[in-house]
Amino acid sequence: MAVPGTPIDAPPPGIARLRRHEWLSVLSRAVRTRRGTVGLSLMALVVAIAVVGPFIAPNSPTEFVTAPFSGPAPGTPLGGDALGRDVLSRVLAGGWLILLMAAAATLFGVGAGAAAGISAAYLRGWADALIMRSVDVVLAFPSLVFALLLVSIIGPKLWLIVLAVGFSHAPQVARVLRSSTLDISERDFVKAVELQGVKPRLIMAREILPSLITPLTVEAGLRLTYSIIIVAGLSFLGFGQPPPAPNWGLMINENRIGLQLNPWGVVVPAALIAVLTIGTNTFSDAVARVALGVGRQAEEITPLEGHVLVAPR
Amino acid sequence: MVTVDARATGAGRGRRGHPIGRLVVSRLGGGVITLIIVSIVVFAATQILPGNAAYAVLGHNATPARLHALELQLGLNRSAAAQYAAWIGGLLTGKAGNSLANGQPVWALVAPRLVNSAVLVALSGLAGALIGVLLGAIAALRKDSLFDYVLSVVSLAVTALPEFVVAISLVILFATVVFQVLPAVSVLPPGTWAWQQPELLVLPIATLVIVVVPYIFRMMRAAMIEALESEYVEMARLKGLPAWRVLLVHALPNAVPPTVQVIGLNLLYLAGGIVVVEYVFDFPGIGQGLVNAVSNRDIPVIQLIVVILAAFYVFMNILTDVVALLATPRRRIAR
Repeated sequence: MAVPGTPIDAPPPGIARLRRHEWLSVLSRAVRTRRGTVGLSLMALVVAIAVVGPFIAPNSPTEFVTAPFSGPAPGTPLGGDALGRDVLSRVLAGGWLILLMAAAATLFGVGAGAAAGISAAYLRGWADALIMRSVDVVLAFPSLVFALLLVSIIGPKLWLIVLAVGFSHAPQVARVLRSSTLDISERDFVKAVELQGVKPRLIMAREILPSLITPLTVEAGLRLTYSIIIVAGLSFLGFGQPPPAPNWGLMINENRIGLQLNPWGVVVPAALIAVLTIGTNTFSDAVARVALGVGRQAEEITPLEGHVLVAPR
Repeated sequence: MVTVDARATGAGRGRRGHPIGRLVVSRLGGGVITLIIVSIVVFAATQILPGNAAYAVLGHNATPARLHALELQLGLNRSAAAQYAAWIGGLLTGKAGNSLANGQPVWALVAPRLVNSAVLVALSGLAGALIGVLLGAIAALRKDSLFDYVLSVVSLAVTALPEFVVAISLVILFATVVFQVLPAVSVLPPGTWAWQQPELLVLPIATLVIVVVPYIFRMMRAAMIEALESEYVEMARLKGLPAWRVLLVHALPNAVPPTVQVIGLNLLYLAGGIVVVEYVFDFPGIGQGLVNAVSNRDIPVIQLIVVILAAFYVFMNILTDVVALLATPRRRIAR
């Protein structure tokens, strides 16, 4: 905090602030890198299948149209699943909810993490201690275990899974945002507003948050991949959508006993999940590289340390 | 970059003890506090919050008499603090109550699973670290070669894959559709241990190794490139030292600390990663135990396994920090 009476170089309004729409230029530059193009194309492919799929599925995803685990035949090009339902139709209908839940969990996790990280760094003192101790506690649970713990209490509700996955992302986001905020809150434009007597809440929302959109965008990209992995993983374990709903994660589990008879019921949903996560990861990697100014030569060691490649989930 | 010198290290040993010793003590203290809070959260969430755990277990059709009996068994009629004290005391003395699913003592159910999982994590961590460090070092030495390029692209792709997709792909490739050379499931007969049937461990370990290697590889490659381009390696080369000596004595030790940290974090990840992998292969470890317990709402088992995983997480984190610190010569010097 600036001590009243301390001389401070009053910044000309609007100039000392960080560029507000930096994140848009980061995104558009990322799209134009090779990694960005590849990643976005893969993502777009799977998103298109998941979104358009339910409308063009030839059969009802829950109707029994063929023999269990029958191979590809006219009318059922990918064969039948464990109960004789059309694999192609179930694949087409089984992706949108995973995407929606992963996106919602990411938004919630990044939002909650940003709020916690910015408050901790800006308010300091007991608020900082309390928030960072809570962060340590949540970090002591592996994400999937945290979600399983909540599911075991309340039951496999979809909204609960979204909240649990988002909540398990929040600590990592909070840590990154806390260190960015510590840096930002020492800048002159923040000091200047403080001297005008603006409330801390408003300074955080109007001055600090807008300056941190770029790191937030980077975090959101990384978290999206992990959200998809955990949401699909919970479905695979049987704690997502209940049967008979078509769901890529659940399909892999239902059909794996018949791998020898009709592998398509496992291979196609697994491949779609793989292409999707590779796409989001490659794209978010491109965004992170552009945002953090990582060139091709200097590999990802210092600026990205603790940020991008530390550990899975 | 300074190497350790005896005088500077000695300066750290003052009346307040060695800086590393102080760090270990303060981190351990923090870890214990975190764990106590974790245990309270787990306990409160599973036993007290949802109204009544007995109701959750028995469901809507429970008779009042059965509800009452289970409440007594779980000790739900006592105060929250007394329940917590009894529970945590039981955990620490090996009497964590009985499973609600089959009535057996929880520790007796979990202990053999813990051993199996420990074997899985240790072997996967060791293999993953060796392969990751080796590939990373080779890629750094052959920077911008085809080998380096292919490995970097593959590692970026693999880091994105969910474990169950990797596991299922391995099952398709090696156990069912393409080749049938390995068992698709790793079911152990009761009373046998994981190491008695090594062929059952191959696919679960391979899955975990595939998931962790890219991270270790990328960090090792980056750290090694930085070390190789540094002035002290340049200096060693100019002095005319043999290439192997430059590599092993000058470059490698400085590439190790950041890599050690990433290896530690990946061991941490394995604590969560085993949940899905053990489930896919029906491997009788605590991960599969947790999934089964969640399906059965077997609360005492869930509590114990979650606390074990959290304890591993917290202490592994501390160990990683300390080892990384010990491996960094210039950080051993007191400020």
